Amino acid sequence: MRLAHQFALESEQITADCVEATEFPDLATEYQVYAVPRTVLNGRHFIEGALPEQQFLDAVLQAITE
Amino acid sequence: MSLIREQDAVEIRQSLRDMPNPVRLIHFTQELNLEYGRETRELLTDLAALSDKLSLEVYDFVLDKEKVKEYGVDKVPATIVRNGKDYGIRFYGIPAGYEFSALLAAILDVSRGSSSLGEETKEKLHTLSVPVRLEVLVTPT
Repeated sequence: MRLAHQFALESEQITADCVEATEFPDLATEYQVYAVPRTVLNGRHFIEGALPEQQFLDAVLQAITE
Repeated sequence: MSLIREQDAVEIRQSLRDMPNPVRLIHFTQELNLEYGRETRELLTDLAALSDKLSLEVYDFVLDKEKVKEYGVDKVPATIVRNGKDYGIRFYGIPAGYEFSALLAAILDVSRGSSSLGEETKEKLHTLSVPVRLEVLVTPT
């Protein structure tokens, strides 16, 4: 979670929401969350699990070019 | 009774002493209609009391429409961690358990106004030219 917030801190383009899935079951269903953490990028790309910094960055950069 | 145990409060107070600058917690709620609305607000109130550099502002999700719009809040309970600037750091739901640690980390990072990310990561993030919304779905345990 901290990585996403740190990304938001460093980039004016990024916002990072930490969402407690059990309190927002409709959103968890919409995003098909069966395991956490699941990161959703712009509502349509998914990153599974807690990744190290470099891999998380690569996943974000790759998703926005798709 | 506080939601933060006295022993934890001592440790939290200690780590918040490292805050170089003030941080504001902006909280949106609709307390009576939410499962953990009251607990969330109490937790933030107790936390804000542990440092004089930490302040809490509470708004109503239905009544305070302008603030809701300003912060782009789309569900409650919502908590924004900011200093003079809003970096886009949000918590939706009660920040308990693992998320409480994430909240403390966010408060310290925002107070410093910088992250502990590597220089290369920061450089790449600074070149981003499209808006990115990251929603990290978690559970409290």
